[in-house]
Amino acid sequence: MKNKFSIFVIIIFLSFCFVIFYEGLNTPKTYTPKVNGKKNIQTFKVKDFDSNNYINSDKIFEDNIFYIVNIWASWCVPCRVEHPLLMELSKNQSIKIIGLNYKDNLSNAKNFINKFGNPYSKILIDSDGTLSIEFGAYGVPETFIIDKKKKIIKNYVGPINQEIVDEIKLIIK
Amino acid sequence: MLANQIGYYSLILGLLVSVLLCGVSIKDFNNKNKQISQNILSLSFLQLVFVIVSFLSLIISFINSDFSNETVFNNSHTTKPLFYKISGTWGNHEGSLLLWLLVLTIFIFLFLIKSRKQPKKYRILTLLFQQVIIIGFFLFVLMTSNPFNYLFPIPREGLGLNPILQDPALAIHPPILYLGYVGTSIIFSSSLAAVTQSYVSKQWGQHIQKWVLVSWIFLTIGIMLGSIWAYYELGWGGFWFWDPVENVSLMPWITLTALLHCIVVLERRGVLTSWVVILSITTFTLSMCGTFLVRSGILNSVHTFANDPARGIFILIFLFVLIALSLGIFFMFHKENKKSLNNFFWLSRETSILINNWFMMYFLAVVLIGTVYPIFLDVISSEKISVGPPFYQKLIVPFLIPFLLFMSLGPRLKWIKSKIENRNSLIMIFIVSVMLTFFIIKNLTADLLFYTVLISATFFLFFTNLKELFIKKFNNISQIVSHLGFSLLILSILFNSILSSEIITNIKIGEKYDYDKGEIFFKKTEERKESNFNSIIAFFEIKDKNGKTIELKPEIRIYNQPVIITSEADIKTTLLEDKFLVMNLVKGNEYFNIRYQVKPFMVWIWISVILLSLGGLMSLFKRKI
Repeated sequence: MKNKFSIFVIIIFLSFCFVIFYEGLNTPKTYTPKVNGKKNIQTFKVKDFDSNNYINSDKIFEDNIFYIVNIWASWCVPCRVEHPLLMELSKNQSIKIIGLNYKDNLSNAKNFINKFGNPYSKILIDSDGTLSIEFGAYGVPETFIIDKKKKIIKNYVGPINQEIVDEIKLIIK
Repeated sequence: MLANQIGYYSLILGLLVSVLLCGVSIKDFNNKNKQISQNILSLSFLQLVFVIVSFLSLIISFINSDFSNETVFNNSHTTKPLFYKISGTWGNHEGSLLLWLLVLTIFIFLFLIKSRKQPKKYRILTLLFQQVIIIGFFLFVLMTSNPFNYLFPIPREGLGLNPILQDPALAIHPPILYLGYVGTSIIFSSSLAAVTQSYVSKQWGQHIQKWVLVSWIFLTIGIMLGSIWAYYELGWGGFWFWDPVENVSLMPWITLTALLHCIVVLERRGVLTSWVVILSITTFTLSMCGTFLVRSGILNSVHTFANDPARGIFILIFLFVLIALSLGIFFMFHKENKKSLNNFFWLSRETSILINNWFMMYFLAVVLIGTVYPIFLDVISSEKISVGPPFYQKLIVPFLIPFLLFMSLGPRLKWIKSKIENRNSLIMIFIVSVMLTFFIIKNLTADLLFYTVLISATFFLFFTNLKELFIKKFNNISQIVSHLGFSLLILSILFNSILSSEIITNIKIGEKYDYDKGEIFFKKTEERKESNFNSIIAFFEIKDKNGKTIELKPEIRIYNQPVIITSEADIKTTLLEDKFLVMNLVKGNEYFNIRYQVKPFMVWIWISVILLSLGGLMSLFKRKI
């Protein structure tokens, strides 16, 4: 009896794993959560990647243009996947991309930028991950679109793809 | 062109031989002869020949740069050196699966030759189970990943092999790794056969142990080669990144290591039968699971060659069929020997092996969860996460302490029932280890207590084994060498991570950079042309505090096909430390970005892994193959 029960449990568990893996093969690799109302970005103080000095958030988002905040880390593999797309977006004059370096080793992060290129107009250091929480981030990588009124109008969890890049280009037009 | 045809039809013939072999085996199974029929051996040899012919013709297509073959077109180029043309054969999805098949058939053929003394029915069943796996892979190759797809019109030039794969260590890494990885299939097949024949016994343990050892040795060396490659080619200065692909090779390694120890218990005491069978099944399942995770594109990784969902679904179904088959057989046929179950005295060698088995299962669970949890989370809640090195380090490193202690004490215990002998000398060694550790690291790290305990435990293992090596002479030397290697590995990894230092700066030609321990001088650059790349070689002089100068020449390579820029680190290796210099181009600038690292005891990491596998090799020869 005990034996039958354990076989039953194993079968259920294996079927569960199968379904998960099967679904995993078919799921797209990105996810867009709903933004409930437009949220203002908070003011905060943060360490700058290049100068290592603290700067204020209103100094970061000072121009009257769209901003993209991209959370990344050198240890995050999907970040490497989306990096070329960020490079492509950075060529666009009407937006600025702010990088938020999440829980990273500084030298690794610098190395990452040197190796794959720098799409960011500014990189901020979020060594303990609190700033990302303030933004309401789900994980790394994650991308936020901030409009001219300094409100978060959209965010994308996971690596961005070509469709999202096209969508972003449409939004900022 | 011709090679292409020959390769393709050899594959089909190989599949037919598989089917034939199954039929003949089933017929022979009920035959009254004591030995298996010669036909089976001949057919198995024929199958091996067909797969070898197929594999050779793919190699020939690569050597001739025959771009009418799609695989060659996608992964080769006329300007590539001959060596990399050949290694390109397995540097891609289709070719590497052909290598899978080759190893599968080699192993079953060797098994048939080497197992003449074993019961006939057991041998035939092993062959049958192995053929199930082989047929699965034949179908997989032919249906979804045919290496001999024909291209028309014939392209003039190929797309080229990814330059980071053009490397000597990486050229031999896949074959060696596969011998270990796929070699576990024979353990899987034979353990299932042994279960159905109620043959899981001391005798079986003795016979299967050498196959476990062979797989384990190849897997260990294969993983090390991949790690060496990552160290100097990826240019990050690390040797282990907890990348999903590294994890999927580590997981079968952990279960195989556990199995290696349990088999010794089985061989000596005839207990742990269920556990040995479960470990044998798990090891191969994890190998298959690794192939699925890496090849289906479900995870992003360096090794993901192709993202074809059809392939993913095929391996997934095949994987679960194998799991269902093996579990079904296990539950139907396996009977635990109840008598020997409660026969464990708390202080005995088998108990200590069992305890360390639990620890290994824990390490396995951590690595497994870290690797597949992101997939589960993604499917269930659409959340994307990336599990990084801190997760593994935090969960694994603390548990190394008791693991190492059991490893030091366990082998000193006797089988069945024991007491700790030479208590005083053990206590002495322990005190010496703690004091030595404290003096070495007291100024080095902030986390003094934790590291003192951890490193003391490692030194303890190291010294107890060193003592054994001198006292016991050649009794059980293989185990001592392996355990010495393991303690050395942990020591070098720990000191390497504590003592490494690095400097990152931008520098231009003729400039000097001073830092607290010396200066870096950028002398000049030179350009060089090779058949498949152009390179910029930079000359650096690095002077340390004592005025000793070394010259390092890192390189930037611009490969022509496909156009990819890679940084080749220059590494000066000494017994005590590696000096590692790598540079990158800074766009639109005369500056180069350089990264200079001093990594102590780096070479000891490789030496200790070699020592670890040398122990395995000694044990193998002691047993006479």
